[in-house]
Amino acid sequence: MVVLENTPSAVLVVAVGVLVSVGVYLLLERSLTRVLLGFVLVGNGVNLTLLLAGGRAGSAPIIGTAPDGEPMSDPLAQAMILTSIVIALALSAFVLAMAYRSFQLGGHDEVADDVEDRRIARLAAANAPAYTDLDAEGSDQTLDEEAAEVHDDVEAGGQPDGSGEGGAR
Amino acid sequence: MLLVLLAHLVLAVGAPWLVRAWGRRAFFVLALAPASAAAYALSWTRGVADGEVPTSRTEWVPGLELAVDLRLDTLSWFLLLVVGGVGALVMLYCAAYFSRDAQGMGRFAGVLTAFAGAMAGLVVADDLLLLFVFWELTTVFSYLLIGHHADRKSSRRAAMQAIVVTTAGGLAMLVGLVILGVETGAWRLSEVVADPPSGTAATVAAVCLLAGAATKSALVPFHFWLPAAMAAPTPVSAYLHAAAMVKAGVYLVARFTPAFGDLPVWQVVVVALGGGTLLLGGYRALRQHDLKLVLAFGTVSQLGLLVLLLGVGTRGAALAGLALLGAHALFKAALFLVTGAVDAVTGTRDLRRLSGLWRTMPVTAAAAGLATASMIGLPPFAGYVAKEAALEALSHGHGPLGQVAFWAVVVGSLLTVAYGLRFWWGAFATKPAGVPGGVVAEGEEVRTAPSRRVPALLVVPPVMLALGGLAIAVVPSVGEHLLAPYADTYPTGEPGHLVLWAGVTPVLAVTAAVLGLGALAFWQRARVARWQDALWSPRGADLVYRRSMRRLDDLAADVTAFTQRGSLPFYLATILVVLAVGPGLALAVGLLGGADGGGPVVDVVPWDRPAQVAVVAIVAVAAVLAARARRRLKAVLLVGVAGYGNAALFLLHGAPDLALTQVLAETVTIVVMVLVLRRLPPYFSDRPLRASRWGRVALGVVAGVVMMAFAVLAPSARVAAPVSVDFPEEAEVFGGGKNVVNVTLVDIRAWDTVGEISVLLVAATGIASLVFLRQRSGKVLRLAQADDVEDRHTRSVWLAAGRTQDPRRRSVMFEVVTRAIFHAMIVFALFLLFSGHNAPGGGFAAGLVVGIALTVRYLAGGRYELGEAAPVHPGLLLGTGLFLSAGVGLAALVAGQEVLESFIVDLYVPVLGKIHLVTSLFFDVGVMLLVVGLVLDILRTLGAELDRQAEVEGRVL
Repeated sequence: MVVLENTPSAVLVVAVGVLVSVGVYLLLERSLTRVLLGFVLVGNGVNLTLLLAGGRAGSAPIIGTAPDGEPMSDPLAQAMILTSIVIALALSAFVLAMAYRSFQLGGHDEVADDVEDRRIARLAAANAPAYTDLDAEGSDQTLDEEAAEVHDDVEAGGQPDGSGEGGAR
Repeated sequence: MLLVLLAHLVLAVGAPWLVRAWGRRAFFVLALAPASAAAYALSWTRGVADGEVPTSRTEWVPGLELAVDLRLDTLSWFLLLVVGGVGALVMLYCAAYFSRDAQGMGRFAGVLTAFAGAMAGLVVADDLLLLFVFWELTTVFSYLLIGHHADRKSSRRAAMQAIVVTTAGGLAMLVGLVILGVETGAWRLSEVVADPPSGTAATVAAVCLLAGAATKSALVPFHFWLPAAMAAPTPVSAYLHAAAMVKAGVYLVARFTPAFGDLPVWQVVVVALGGGTLLLGGYRALRQHDLKLVLAFGTVSQLGLLVLLLGVGTRGAALAGLALLGAHALFKAALFLVTGAVDAVTGTRDLRRLSGLWRTMPVTAAAAGLATASMIGLPPFAGYVAKEAALEALSHGHGPLGQVAFWAVVVGSLLTVAYGLRFWWGAFATKPAGVPGGVVAEGEEVRTAPSRRVPALLVVPPVMLALGGLAIAVVPSVGEHLLAPYADTYPTGEPGHLVLWAGVTPVLAVTAAVLGLGALAFWQRARVARWQDALWSPRGADLVYRRSMRRLDDLAADVTAFTQRGSLPFYLATILVVLAVGPGLALAVGLLGGADGGGPVVDVVPWDRPAQVAVVAIVAVAAVLAARARRRLKAVLLVGVAGYGNAALFLLHGAPDLALTQVLAETVTIVVMVLVLRRLPPYFSDRPLRASRWGRVALGVVAGVVMMAFAVLAPSARVAAPVSVDFPEEAEVFGGGKNVVNVTLVDIRAWDTVGEISVLLVAATGIASLVFLRQRSGKVLRLAQADDVEDRHTRSVWLAAGRTQDPRRRSVMFEVVTRAIFHAMIVFALFLLFSGHNAPGGGFAAGLVVGIALTVRYLAGGRYELGEAAPVHPGLLLGTGLFLSAGVGLAALVAGQEVLESFIVDLYVPVLGKIHLVTSLFFDVGVMLLVVGLVLDILRTLGAELDRQAEVEGRVL
């Protein structure tokens, strides 16, 4: 019998609130280590939220172990949390590797602003094209006028001589 | 029908090899594909005329209502015949047209064949989404064909313009098709047309479909891409204009008019776009000097006429429209092929530089003459028959709309006569120099004769097409018999007739007047040209297109600049503010007002078990202190405390598996963090972030409050019994285990687990590549192969650290204890693994215990100790693990069960007794191996490799 009553317990709600608040505060930092710690805390908070969504506490979801009359806690929420815990471990290690790499390259583990994004923003403000594109250059001819100057690869003899610009053949 | 499409596919794929083997003669073979389509259509001529409708259905994606539904009714039959017939002749023409060493012929041949196949599929598709698929295929292939000369800027730009315009319309059409499918519930074209929806949905769908048709068929204001598409090789232009691509839009209109023809919006749009295009195309064709452009604007004009006739919604007009479609395919293909021949043998298409070719290229000129006669509606050609029927049908039109349509057709036909005559005159007539409207280009060579013999293959296809236009007109009653079934599907109007001589009627007078006035306009062409110059010489659409594309680029750049600030905190803050504003407001309303406005509904109990209060207090204090810590190690340890607290909360909640996993994972996390922190500065850098700090605090508090509200409200929103109610029973009966969480992971929701352990594998690979940089990960560090160790003769030492570690950094006691408990830990892990199905444990926990055992070995004895303890490559463990887990699923599939379904075997083994074996154990073994691989990868990377890099840099950690 799985627990069906799902009134949340206030202490767990408070724990969710504290973990998420502190976690978000740390997430907004620029030091990758603190971002990671924030992530871990938020993850813990979210895991508790999942636990709350599964309903009230019960006995362990192992058949035959429950005391008489006590329903078991929701196993589905637990399965989800379990994988979440392990993935959080893998992710922490990954972010740490990034922090280390960042430290190796720049001497600190802080996330700097993306230079390329700033460059694009500057160009956009000036309404300049973000990249040079030969095809985008304006010409006085309309496209159908240009098309009139395109000739096909046909048998030699009537050699076309009025080829379009760039008319390599 | 499916076979015909497959023939196109096979030949298209094989085309590059055929061209490589046989050169341009490969086109003879490739022509078989469209020829098969035409032959198939011909073989059904009698059947379709008698009302038979062959269909074929092949399931494709049942869940998306997507099936390869093919259907050959009269309209499809006729278009398939046109597409296949013209396609085959164009392919034959290609075999002589291109030079033997032309560039990119293999790709070109393949794309052209595929294009023909997509077009054939488009006209026989009976599934709404399949129609769209073929529609977009023609778009993509036409893009490749128009941009065939990819080294020329004009070709690239023309191709880009064509695909942008037609795809935009295609997306609108998709919206229309989806509306139709959802409204009617039937995703089959024939059913939707037979029983169309009504009301607003129908109006919106109709407008969307017309948008698709207008872009595809180059109707005003999207007509500009078609003349620009002249950058394509001439045979492609012939096919594109006569039978494919632009006819797709006409087909769409013809297909849906029986359903929507009575909607006012449909009629208004069709008459406005069709009539406008008809007039504009003709008007501009008069001013062109390139023969291809004359024809291109002529096609624009004719497309307007076709859409007008087929879309106006009466039977007579529909019959005339279909007849004109066939006639147009014949004469327009012929004229383009003639133009190609002239271009190929003289080297120019400029009508100002051609003179007297009728004498030197008589057969070609004759073919062009026949085709032109059909185009301008001279009796007794197909164009005449169709146009007579059209004028006859439209002369009965009622209301202002009918009047507009009639007069548009009259004026359009007049323009057609003028530019048709001008085309033939421009290409073939002898023109005196120096006369206005004659040969004007000073100093340029005038071509009066072909510079080489005209190959027969360049002449035969246009001659056949032109004669076809004459032949079908001689027996118009046959055409009427074959096409009338389509016109009869229209709900309104008198049935029309196709005749050569209908007696002396008002329409005959109009036709005579049109021919006369058109000839007059041609004769007075110099004056007409002056009028046009004075009146209006439009080139605006192209300019508007370019300007709007430029604006679009600017807008995209501005949006990018606004959203992509390049700052991680900014992105995160944006996400969190959205969380607070969106779901946060909804939750606030739910909390304060309640659904029925009955005041706050907060239903909580203080706690489930009293001990939770103490644990939560510890967690909260640890978390807050962690945020305040300036020292890295302190912060990490405090976060660890919070994590262990979470484990306690899990245990109190009745989740021993979670508690076990959390403790193990937290331990590994702390170790890993400490390993990396060795290399990082001890304190967080102090940044002048005081100002934004309160902002971050506020955002954090808001996010926390939103999550709290969510946690309170979400459980009470539950309306159905959770799926997990049945889990315990399912776990025991089907999964053969008592630990419901474990059975859920390895059986009930095993696919999820496969996905999750794949994430682990990716993360492990990422970690290794971030640190090892050049390879997946380094060698397995074995003592016997160590090159930075002096004494390596002794292969079997009990403590590797003795030879590899600095004596000052060793703790022999630690090393010995580690060796002593290592095997016990491994055995414990195995116990967790095997008992996990019925008691707390399982693959994740077992893998983590092995990981911790390895961690301890590494911490005690250094990297060589780790190599000796686990002499395997972590990649091997990761791969084997995933293979085992997913492989078990496949094994079940082979055994005829669902993927990842477990089966239970009870064995009796002597000594051990009865063994209850569930196949999902192998799944769990895979999970364990993968987790071990992950931890090993982390240790070797963030532990051993960091050690080595530090030693190389001359620092001892």
